[in-house]
Formats: sequence, structure tokens, C-alpha cells
Amino acid sequence: MSLPTEIKIEKPSKERTGTPLLEINNLKQYYPIKKGIFSKTVGHVKAVDGLSLQIYPGETLGLVGESGCGKSTTGRAIVQLEKPSEGEIIFDGKNISNFTNREMRSIRTELQIIFQDPYSSLNPRKRIGDLLSEPLLFHKLATPSEAKKKVEDMLEIVGLPKSYRNRYPHEFSGGQRQRIGIARALILNPKLIVCDEPVSALDVSIQAQVLNLLKDLQNEFNLTYLFIGHGLGAVKYISDRIAVMYLGNIVEIAKTEEMFKNPKHPYTLALLNAYPVPNPHLRGRQRIVLEGDVPSPANPPKGCKFHTRCPIAQSKCREEVPVLTGVHHSVACHFPIN
Amino acid sequence: MFQYIIRRLLIAIPVLLGVTIFNFFIINLAPGNPVDMFVNPNMSAADILAKKEALGLNDPLWEQYGRWMGSMLQGDFGYSFATYEPVLDNIAARIGPTLLLMGTALIIAYLIAIPVGILSATKQYSFIDYLTTTFSFFGISIPNFFLGLGAIYVFGIVFPIFPTGGMTTLGSSGGFVDTFMHLVLPAMVLGTAIAGSMVRYVRSSMLEVLGQDYLRTARAKGLREFFVNNKHALRNALIPIVTIIGLEIPLLIGGAVVTEQIFQWPGLGQLTIQSIGSRDYPMLMALNFIAAFTVLFSNLLTDLMYSVVDPRIKYN
Amino acid sequence: MEEYLLKVDKVQTVFKTGKGEITSVEEVSFQLKPGQTIGIVGESGCGKSVTSLSIMRLLGKHGYVKNGSILFNGKDLAKISEAEMREIRGNEISMIFQEPMTSLNPVFTIGNQMMEGIRLHMKLGKKEARNYAIEMLNSVGIPRSEAIMNEFPHALSGGMRQRVMIAMALSCRPRLLIADEPTTALDVTIQAQILELMKKLRSQSNTAIILITHDLGVVAEMVDKIIVMYAGQVVEEADVFTLFDNPKHPYTKGLIGSIPHIETHQEDRLISIPGAVPSLQNMPTGCRFHTRCEFATERCLQEQPNLIQLDETGEHKVRCWLAEEEAYVSRENKEVFV
Repeated sequence: MSLPTEIKIEKPSKERTGTPLLEINNLKQYYPIKKGIFSKTVGHVKAVDGLSLQIYPGETLGLVGESGCGKSTTGRAIVQLEKPSEGEIIFDGKNISNFTNREMRSIRTELQIIFQDPYSSLNPRKRIGDLLSEPLLFHKLATPSEAKKKVEDMLEIVGLPKSYRNRYPHEFSGGQRQRIGIARALILNPKLIVCDEPVSALDVSIQAQVLNLLKDLQNEFNLTYLFIGHGLGAVKYISDRIAVMYLGNIVEIAKTEEMFKNPKHPYTLALLNAYPVPNPHLRGRQRIVLEGDVPSPANPPKGCKFHTRCPIAQSKCREEVPVLTGVHHSVACHFPIN
Repeated sequence: MFQYIIRRLLIAIPVLLGVTIFNFFIINLAPGNPVDMFVNPNMSAADILAKKEALGLNDPLWEQYGRWMGSMLQGDFGYSFATYEPVLDNIAARIGPTLLLMGTALIIAYLIAIPVGILSATKQYSFIDYLTTTFSFFGISIPNFFLGLGAIYVFGIVFPIFPTGGMTTLGSSGGFVDTFMHLVLPAMVLGTAIAGSMVRYVRSSMLEVLGQDYLRTARAKGLREFFVNNKHALRNALIPIVTIIGLEIPLLIGGAVVTEQIFQWPGLGQLTIQSIGSRDYPMLMALNFIAAFTVLFSNLLTDLMYSVVDPRIKYN
Repeated sequence: MEEYLLKVDKVQTVFKTGKGEITSVEEVSFQLKPGQTIGIVGESGCGKSVTSLSIMRLLGKHGYVKNGSILFNGKDLAKISEAEMREIRGNEISMIFQEPMTSLNPVFTIGNQMMEGIRLHMKLGKKEARNYAIEMLNSVGIPRSEAIMNEFPHALSGGMRQRVMIAMALSCRPRLLIADEPTTALDVTIQAQILELMKKLRSQSNTAIILITHDLGVVAEMVDKIIVMYAGQVVEEADVFTLFDNPKHPYTKGLIGSIPHIETHQEDRLISIPGAVPSLQNMPTGCRFHTRCEFATERCLQEQPNLIQLDETGEHKVRCWLAEEEAYVSRENKEVFV
């Protein structure tokens, strides 16, 4: 079970150049709250509330935040699992947010998603070989015999023996299932893969296997990732740039190193501080512990949404909504940390 | 909550309307008609036609339906074709015995099903569990009329303990003890039949709860197993059980029709059978309407019960 | 030598199944002094939770401690009657669990559930118990504690519920608290709050803690001593600094190497342990880790290593042939004998 790790390709320089592969402008995803005799809509859960970002070819953009911040909703909107309430999603120069299902079908092969729990996304009654060849046959990208060959190749690429194509999903461990999830996304030769918390359910040693695999595959096939996660360590390890989300908006976005060395948003700093460091010599270090819970996205605070938990909030924060500003290191805060 | 009830009642209107239309046409599709039931050889064809005309049976169906609907909306269910008495008077006289029978049967069903179900679940795969599972299967699969006839044979003939028909002894003035004695057999028959399916509900509901994390928490506090099962587990297991009452009521109505017939219980079930026999259209329409209303109402009651027994559910 | 509060000695826990008994953990030994915090780490399926449930004797209908002893305060918890055990549970030893969302009974109020244990063990009246419960809720930082007493669990956030669980567990002033993945289900900023709370409460009492987690970051922050479990056995035991600075067992090394760090810059690949934890039904012979160990020798395949002491104080123990041989050689050279 060897990984194709030996291929040492010089990492392409991941400077933000050229046109983005994916561009999101002012994405909103609202879910109505209904009440009363005639189910009148009385409000909205604002899962994503005016989010914009760009992903450039060949890079990995990490998207972090706590549960309920809208990171998974964003991922699902990108692959059009849910129609966004508002905003545009431009993929490879085409605005796919108003694509019909038929038009979407032609894009599907280029835009894939990997889920947190691969088990519930794999039909338990189908063999792995069938599960993997299904998309190829559906999109008429291969004849059945070609598909079989391709499935075997793909299993090897993700580090599973060819013979596993005759097995059923329940015969695999969590890490192996995630490899299958990756193989299924990869088999269509996509340009962008949305990785929705792909390692959150895995044990550390298995998590490391999968993260390494994702990195190797990116180099080999020149993939672009949107990596959604809540484990800062994993996101840092795999991402070139990181965007931090809080209550439906991006509060800070920067290159990974820059973000960790020089966080500007107090929420980012608190997140970094809260992460338990696996080094006992660093215990007792100074750190900010945020108080309270994340407010409900049905009723977010006015002004800066973070002001209710922000240790340095001032009166301006309670009234004015901060805008994401800055070219290489953007932050949405009235009083960013230097 | 109030808004929710109003909304549910508003939704019930078209459903009831649909049910009455459906029933009306089904009843009229059945072969024969009310006049055939009381013709005698001396009546001429013209007489029969005149009778039909008088009852309005020659009008087009939709017109007959419209007429029925119109008077029903004014609270008038018409007169019985068989007895010439107002339909509502007949029903009013019969509804008491039916409610008594159904209520008693339901209580018997719960009294059997809850303890047996709990025992069966906490001792899963034991001898007791297999025994109760087997018996509940019998309860489900033996038809009511068979169980009824068996009960009459055993308790009425072999061991003549209980009277086997009617609600009071003929000629006597009734009284509590007399009615109770008459009630035992039909209520037991109806109750055990329902208990059969209910035991299985209780068992599976309890089994599901027994695997929950909060029971481990309760044990970790040092609580006795008795408390863990009968406080923490039971209260949660009861949520689906209390609410299946809404599902049991249609079953009860169906079961009551058969049981009342067997035991000559003077209730709505018996009246239904009689009315079908005499093609008593107005009576059947009213009985069906009541049945449909009861089912809808018990469904609403079920949903409201949810919010009472489960603090997580709120309607608005 | 200081008196031990808990002495777990060669415990073997088995579960009865239709096909005979299955051993879940064996050869589990460790000691704990009053006020000490010990961490049990390992991947899922390593027997961490079964170990803690063996101490509580909450193994369900089919599980029991077959061999070994669990001496708590001089009493062998594996042998005492159920009635005696009930006296200890929730009183002298209490426990908090991973899932705050499902660990509280949804149909009883917080107050009802809080007061249950208090009334049972402290023999307080209803009113006194209520006041005491409110006091406990205050001490774990729950706002509006009096109102919260009448709330049902679903009205609280995950972090708040875990605070309630902690208040409940500590209310009878236990001498030992077992925390089974207490923060795993929580977001990182909430996790930081809960860990801070546990540290604060620990400093106020002399409660010993067994902290079970798969997160090495959490143990690095919290514990004095660590035991590493693999496939139902203790494979290494050391104080927290030694374990992170000088791990001996290849599994421990792999675990530490596979964590993505955020506090240091890291460009190289994560160390990953190939394969997955073997299942209980087919445990490998010899050293259980040999199927995933890159240093495995012929001896590792055949003979099972013992948990041996590596230093004179007996604080650092490891179950590995390689470490044993290495230690033997270095002692030979220094002419120190065991």
C-alpha cells in the first residue's frame, strides 16, 4: 500500500497570478424561518451573508471557522448542491450560479466535492468498483472496460489495492473510505475539489495519511482545493492561503504563514490561541479565551458580528459593519491588531 | 400553539370535505338502495318509484350530495331511512356505550402493554422476551371476531362467568355492576388485540432509549437500575407511545364495529353494521363523518401530545 | 512513597458475545495519586473508554473485568458488590462524557438532573439540594443559574451543557473525576473555555483526573502523566514532558509526528502511521503494533513485549522490544542493573 510519494515535482509558485479559477461575489445563503397560521416568513437564518473570495489555479484555500459559521454552506453552494439565495459563482470564467441542471452537468466533472463522512455518501449496496465507475459512465467519459481500468488505476493512486474494487463500503475503515471518497472525486479529472472537513472524523495518524495523500495528488494532478476545516493544524498544513469565517462572513484572509505569524482580526487571534498546542513546554502561555457562545445566525448582532465576544470591541464596532480591506492580507475589523 | 391549532383545523376542512364526497359516492355505488330494503310484495312499481321520488333518490348524485351538505352545514344530518328518527338522536343514544367500550379497551391495552413492553425490552433475548413477543404476535394476528367467539365460548359457555351479549341484563334496570359484567368480555377482546401491537411499540421504543448516552450518565451518578429504567428510560420511551394513541383510534373504531356486533353491544359499531344492511344513506353518511372527524381530531391530539410530553417540541 | 488513590493492575476487560468472549483491553496498569491528572491517549478502538468504564463498572450487561484489580482507596472495584459500587459512583468517582448533546436526559430539567445525585449522595433535602445545585452551576460559570435550573437541556448550547455535566460530576466533591473526551465535540474556542474551567476547578480541589482524549494538544495542556494505549494495551507511560521530549515507543513517536503543528513553521510531510488499528477479533500475535511498525523484527512478530521500566524512578515505562534492548545496552555500558 505505497503512496505515490516519490514523485518530487517542484511546487509551482503559488503567487496569486492570472485569473482566478473560482470567484465568488457577494454570496448569500438564507433559510426562511416560518411562523403563524399561513406560514409567513418572519426572518432568515443567514448561513452565508455576502461572502466574496477568489481561488487561483493550483492553490489550496483553507476555510476555517466554528460550527455554524457557514463554511460548509459555502462549499455546498460552490458545487451547486444548493442554489444560493443571492450572489454569483464564477467558475473558469462562467457564471454557474444561474446554470440550469443541464448546463450544470457539463461543469460537474470539473467541480467535485469530498465529504466529512464518506460512509454516508457511499451507497452501501454497491461495490466500490461500481461506485467509482458510475460517474465515468454517467458522463459518458469511458466505456465499461475503460472505466474498469481507470478505477483500478485510481485505487492505486489513492493507495488502495486494485482488488478492493469488489468490496462493499462497510468493509473499509474510516481512513480507507475517505480514500475512496477522494478517488471518486478524482476519477472525473476535476479542476477544483471542495474538501468539506475531509479529516475531521479521522484519528490523527489516519488524518496525516489523508492529508499527505491530498498534498501529493495536488502536485501530481495540478488540482485546486477549497479545504474546509475546523482543525487549525490540518488547515495550516495543507493550505496556501487561509480565510477565517465568523457568522457567515470572511473576517480575515491571508497567506498561511502570514496569517499565523501576524493575525490581524481578534477572532483569528483567539482561534489560534484556543488551539491546544501539543507541546507541554508551552503550557501556561498568555492567551485570549473568548467568552460566551457564537450568536445565532438567525439573529446576528448588529455592526461587527463579532463585537459581542470581542475583547477589544468599542462603540464603533456595535454600529458599523466593518468591510474586508487590504490587498494581500485582508481583514474586516475596525481596529485590527498590528 | 393557538395559531398552530387553528392552522391544523383549517387544513382539516378540505380533508373532511373530500372524505364526505368520497363516502357519498362509494355508498351510492353499492348495489341495492334503501327502498329495496323495505319493499314488500304488495307494493306496485309505481309505489316504489313514488317512494324513491319522495326520498329524493331519483335526483342526480351531485344534487343529492349538495342537499346533504347544505343541511349538514346547518347541523341537520337528516332522518334515518330505516327508523324515520333523526339521525343525530340515534347517534346520541349510541355514542355513550361506544365511548365506554373504546375507553376501557384502550386503558386495558396500556395497562398490559407498558409493563410487558418494558420487561421485554430490559430483558431482551431472554425467555420472557421471547414469550411476550410470541404472544403479541398472536394478539396482532388473531382476528377480533375469532377472539370474541373464543371468549364467548370460554367465559360464557364453558365457564359461564360473564354475560355474552348486550350492555345490561334484559329486563333489569342496569346499574354499575351489571354494566361492568357486560363490559368485561368485549373490552378485553378489543383491548388485548390492541395491546398486541402496542407491546411491540413499547418494546422497540424502550430498546432504542436503553442505548442512549443519558442513561449511562444516570448510572454514573450512582442511581439504582430501577430508577434508571423507570424514570430516565421510561419517560423517554413513553414519548412515541403516548402519541401512538392517535394511530390506535382508527384501529379502535374498526375493531369496535366488529366487537360490538359479536357482543350485541348497543354502540355506534353495531349501528353501522345495521345501517349498511338497510342502506340507510343518511345514517351512514353521519357515521362516516364522525369517524373521519375523530381520526383527524386524534391526529391533531397526537401532535399536541408531543409538545406536552417532549419539551423539545414547540409549535408555532 | 506517597499513597496512591487509584491502582489499576493488569486489568483485563472482556465482553460476552454470541461467539464467546472478546477481550477488549488487557494488561492495563497505572497508578494515580490524589490531585494528579493522568491522560490516556490513543486512537479510537484502542480501549481508552473501556478502561474508564471498567473503573466505573459501567460496561453494560455483557462486559466485565475478568482479571486484574482496580484498587481505589484500598477497595478493589472489580470485586465489591453492586450496592457498594453505586455508593462510589457519582460520589467518590464521577464521570463526564464526550457528547454533551446526548449525555443529558432531554425530558428532565437541568435542576432535576443536577439534584438527583446531590440528594442521593449528600442526603440533602429538596430545598437545600436545589440551593446547592445553583451554587454548583455558578461555580462552573453558568449565567442565570437559577433560571437555568428550570430549563431543559435542548435550550442550552453544547458548551453550556458540558458545564452542566461538569457541575453535576463535581457536586459531590469526588476524589476522582474521569473525563472521557470532554471537549472533542466542542468548537475550539469553547474547548478552550472548558479546559480553562477544568484547570481552575482542579486547582481549587484535590480531585484526581483521568483525562481520556485522542488530542495530544489537550493532554499537553492539561496532564501530569500520560499513558499511551494501543490495541487494548498500555504501550508507554511517562510524565508529560518526557513523553513529548523523548518518546520511546514507535507508536507514540508516530502519534506525535502526525500532528500538524500551528506554533512552528512546518514544510515537511507529516509522519503518518500506515494502516489502521487492528480489530479485536484478529489481534496480531507478538507485539500488537508490529503490523504498522517500520522497525518490527522477527522477535516482534513472535513474542509479546512486557511493559518495562526505562529509568530508576520507574516513571517511564514502555512496551517495545527495541526500547527494551536499547535500554539494556545503555545500562550495561553504565553498569547499572535493574
